[in-house]
Amino acid sequence: MRRVALTVNAVQHDLEVEPRELLVYVLRERLGLTGTNVGCDTSSCGSCTVLVNGESVKSCTMLGVQADGMDITTIEGLASNGELHPVQQAFHEHHALQCGFCTPGMVLAAASLIEHGEATSRAAIREGLEGNLCRCTGYHNIVEAVAEAAGVSS
Amino acid sequence: MSATAIGTSVKRKEDASLVRGRGTYVENLTLPGTVFMAVVRSPYPHARIESVDLSAARAAEGVIAAFSGADLAGDWAGGLPCAWPVTEDIKMPPHYPLAVDEARYQGDGVAVVVAESRALAKDAAELVEVEYEQLPSVGDVVKALEDGAPLVHSDLETNECYVWKLESEGGVEEAIAAADVVVTRSYRQPRLIPNAIEPRGLLAQVGPTGEATLWSATQIPHILRFALQLVVGIPESKIRVIAPDVGGGFGSKLDVYAEEALAVALAKRLGRPVKWIEERSENYLATIHGRDVVHELTFAATTDGKITAVKSEATCAMGAYLQLVTPGIPLLGAWVYSGPYEIPHYSVTFTGVFTNTTPTDAYRGAGRPEATYVLERTMDALARELGMDPVELRRRNLVKEFPHTMASGLTIDSGDYEASLDKLLEHLDLDAIRADQAKRRESGDPKQLGVGFSTYNEMCGLAPSRILGAIRYAVGGWDSATIRFQPLGSVQVVVGTSPHGQSHETTFSQIVADRLGVDLDDVEVLHGDTAVSQLGMDTYGSRSLSVGGLALFHASEKVIAKARAIVAHQLEVSEDDLEFASGTFSVKGSPDRTMDIKAVAFQAHAAHNLPDGMEPGLEETATYDPANFSWPGGAHAAVMEVDCETGDTRLVRYVAVDDVGAVVNPQIVDGQVHGGITQGIAAALYEEGVYDDEGNLLTTTMATYLVPSAAELPSYETDRVETAADNPLGIKGVGETGTIASAPAVINAVVDALSHLGVTDIGLPATPERVWRAIEEVRT
Repeated sequence: MRRVALTVNAVQHDLEVEPRELLVYVLRERLGLTGTNVGCDTSSCGSCTVLVNGESVKSCTMLGVQADGMDITTIEGLASNGELHPVQQAFHEHHALQCGFCTPGMVLAAASLIEHGEATSRAAIREGLEGNLCRCTGYHNIVEAVAEAAGVSS
Repeated sequence: MSATAIGTSVKRKEDASLVRGRGTYVENLTLPGTVFMAVVRSPYPHARIESVDLSAARAAEGVIAAFSGADLAGDWAGGLPCAWPVTEDIKMPPHYPLAVDEARYQGDGVAVVVAESRALAKDAAELVEVEYEQLPSVGDVVKALEDGAPLVHSDLETNECYVWKLESEGGVEEAIAAADVVVTRSYRQPRLIPNAIEPRGLLAQVGPTGEATLWSATQIPHILRFALQLVVGIPESKIRVIAPDVGGGFGSKLDVYAEEALAVALAKRLGRPVKWIEERSENYLATIHGRDVVHELTFAATTDGKITAVKSEATCAMGAYLQLVTPGIPLLGAWVYSGPYEIPHYSVTFTGVFTNTTPTDAYRGAGRPEATYVLERTMDALARELGMDPVELRRRNLVKEFPHTMASGLTIDSGDYEASLDKLLEHLDLDAIRADQAKRRESGDPKQLGVGFSTYNEMCGLAPSRILGAIRYAVGGWDSATIRFQPLGSVQVVVGTSPHGQSHETTFSQIVADRLGVDLDDVEVLHGDTAVSQLGMDTYGSRSLSVGGLALFHASEKVIAKARAIVAHQLEVSEDDLEFASGTFSVKGSPDRTMDIKAVAFQAHAAHNLPDGMEPGLEETATYDPANFSWPGGAHAAVMEVDCETGDTRLVRYVAVDDVGAVVNPQIVDGQVHGGITQGIAAALYEEGVYDDEGNLLTTTMATYLVPSAAELPSYETDRVETAADNPLGIKGVGETGTIASAPAVINAVVDALSHLGVTDIGLPATPERVWRAIEEVRT
């Protein structure tokens, strides 16, 4: 077991983790943050996307021990004081989620895209979300939601 | 109209938890003392199991138990059920949760390990030593029927599972013989892997008196409860199945799986809760696939383009075993080989075939995409043969009067296919597309343009129980709903459908709020738990609104009737003198004498002053068995750009006009259409589950099987035509329309883009390589 210190959603944690433990399982099983979902085992689907030091990262591609000292935001940390983040709100308004399983990862990937100033057009949003798969929506409404949250005109 | 009335885009109730990451997917659930299951699977498509050595696994850290198929053979009351023996002489080989003597596909379970954590279970599973003797195997559905092909089940002495036929009375062969023009085309539709983004997952608990609870990522908690009794022998009355939040299904969770029976049986043996979460690579092997059908379709037609007969012969892969409805999937398409067209002579034959592959079963559209694909592709082939515009050919053959009884025997209640086609053409601006196409052809532009059409209909809303009985389906097609007023006026609605993304909470709340005049937020929809909802037939086949929603409508009528009797009694008027609108009963001619339905609910519970003999409470249940299928339809078009140098394709526009009857929530319906279209586009351009000839799956991860992302797709242009279905809400199903319609539109567009070069066909999916090869073939 190895000791790691993580800040997750602004809360500091000191944990003992197995060296082989993926970050996503540290979040889910040690911290009980089950909003981050696991949809594949090849880093293809993006359901497990979280923000690590502000960058969007698939948390199945990173070991827990690699996250030592880092600042992590999961879907549970995105709303503040009960108010949805603008991307969450836009997903609701535009019906950008159906089963909701890809949604946490999709929302965080989109928030990161906007934060980095890369959501400049619908085409750019589509390219930017390439690493996050959704099987329900056909992406149409996801693109509309992200465009609204990013202030891209229709 | 109120802001939540039927017909308005109410924002979803489901989102509040899901958008915050507070979903209750099975993986998020745990119980004290939970242990984890891992399944050891055959790496071979076909092998005799010589021995299973569990000693190293049993000795490994954290392992609680390990079992081979033989160890558990006595635990089963029966095999995994197939509910659809489509013919009297269908071959139905036994199928137990673990293989005992022979493994018959890659992924067939041969042993199971239970340990204190998921990682330890997986570690120990790798220590199970299975000795196999490899046996000859066959992965291809056509080769499996050849003489001397390896047998999947040697005792059956054939790989043919069944032959099923549907023919209109007399004349198909005569019509073909007498036709001016006969067009026959062959098509292969590959395996599709459903890829719900949430893999399957289970948590099973069995108490000391044998009462079992199974949390499963399933579409069918009620059918699963029924089936579990047959497999594990616990009476249904002691089984509770809970489908919590479920992360997509698309048919792949419409099944009774080996792992579900294993988890319950092991929880019973071990006295501890057993959990299993499927990995994606495991999902590719162990969760059902769709399609894998080879067709030959023949049209007979007159020179002026009137189709006189359609004849289809299809060879359909079952996989190695029959899952819940495997043999019936082709039959779900059996009545739509004439699509929205009036075709007097009709013949459909399906041959079900065993192969050493993962079992097939329902995947979005189930049978109807297969039929619609070959029908709409052949419409274009016939148009080319006749030198006729494909839109004009379609128009000449569309059914124009409703109700319409088809040569295949069923009756389409409603529709206006021409109106959909007209509206599609309004959106499309076909002249501009054809002009652009002509310009590119003339200049020899490497990027050619094509437009493809698909006018379609489908039968869904599964299904009238009598018809299901007539085609040998084991259970009924009704559904049930309960509306239960609480004393202070809030409403619990209990439904027998079980959503996994379809927004039932919102849609059903809207229906109840609209009918009963209560606030949307006062309505709570309960579903997906057999202890809460005793009666139900679950969610598949675009049935939840068109069957379950109508059960809800009828329950609301019963509630209104009882409330009316209470009000009439208390206001001392005749029931006929009461009007009910917006949640309030008022006396005709005396609008100040009123009673709202919440007050009625209180009176019904207080029971101080009810009509003689009336039972207290305001709760009504309706079960609804549809008299007919639901018949959506419409017209779709795809505009494709094809790079003739690389074979790469780009979907430039996708336009869809659908008639799904009256719409409860337009935004939710559009979402269903978008998602459905996307799965059809994916089948046309990207997705193919590839087996080699022996039955080794070559596409085993999302890295080798291309589920499209946002980057591959455009935004869609959608519109509607609304013709009221023959039911009190006028509604039709919508969940599968897009998938049924879209694949042929896309491929017709690719072929159209290259037709001037002489290309007449592109195999599925139209990858750059296939497109490039098709161009090279006609060039040389």
